[in-house]
Amino acid sequence: MVIFSVYVVNKAGGLIYQYDNYVPRAEAEKTFSYPLDLVLKHHDEKVVVSFGQRDGIRVGHAVLSINGVDVLGKNTADGKDTLEYLKDPSNYPVSIRFGRARLSSNEKLMLASMFHSLFAIGSQLSPDVGSSGIEMLETDVFKLHCFQTLTGQCELFDQNLKGALEIAEKAGNFGAGS
Amino acid sequence: MTVHNLYIFDRNGSCLFYNEWNRKKQAGISKDEEFKLMYGMLFSIRSFVSKMSPLDMKEGFLSFQTSKYRLHYYETPSGLRFVMNTDLSVPNARDTLQHIYSNLYVEYIVKNPVCVLGQSLDSELFSSRLDSYIRSLPYYSPRAA
Repeated sequence: MVIFSVYVVNKAGGLIYQYDNYVPRAEAEKTFSYPLDLVLKHHDEKVVVSFGQRDGIRVGHAVLSINGVDVLGKNTADGKDTLEYLKDPSNYPVSIRFGRARLSSNEKLMLASMFHSLFAIGSQLSPDVGSSGIEMLETDVFKLHCFQTLTGQCELFDQNLKGALEIAEKAGNFGAGS
Repeated sequence: MTVHNLYIFDRNGSCLFYNEWNRKKQAGISKDEEFKLMYGMLFSIRSFVSKMSPLDMKEGFLSFQTSKYRLHYYETPSGLRFVMNTDLSVPNARDTLQHIYSNLYVEYIVKNPVCVLGQSLDSELFSSRLDSYIRSLPYYSPRAA
């Protein structure tokens, strides 16, 4: 059990605070010969696996580094397009590291405002009167808990947050690895 | 303990089936608009959850709850989506939604050559079997709610 991250969203849907408490490493490195046995594609300025799962590499994983050198978005470190680079048989054998792409701060802002509208729609589509927005959203790997204040504002947040996380972890319900 | 309503969407987002049992509040928009809003919300939640998730997911989005109701979600690999709203006392309705898919949808819609897949389900047999199944659920009791 572990707390993954904390997001604070203001009443306009803007992200005003974000803290990553624990980011699990899900990465796999493998050496490939030509041709590549995975199907890769461009997605959101990244190169991701669109088909073919093997050896811990999953659909949706992004190319993180080639031959030990980190890629820059969809380009290799020396500025070439990654997909073009991998199409060239003379570059093989090649070692590629795959993993879940980390969220950029821009993506975090986007997700925060996305949740803001989901929260509102969740309340509008309620079959019962007087419903709040989404308080808890559940998937098979994480749960998202949301608490809305009366005003949408929080004071002294930063100081209190770290304390609260420590208390929650000491309480035994959370904490990396437990 | 109660079941509020049930939506079935196909992979393209059209609402194949809707029924309500004990719904106290309407959304204030036409049913057509409501289906679009509901599908749009689910579509966004799916995308939201896949980006937000710190690990790779298998089933993905399962349910959410507000202060008044809980929405249960089940999606088949063919893209059919089953959505059921219940009150908060129902912890997990996944088996129910799976049952509706495999024992009612497949039996009375897929195996019925007259039912055109991808159009709204107008099979009376399906509707009545579904209705009696929902009414027989242990957590279906509108009076207690």
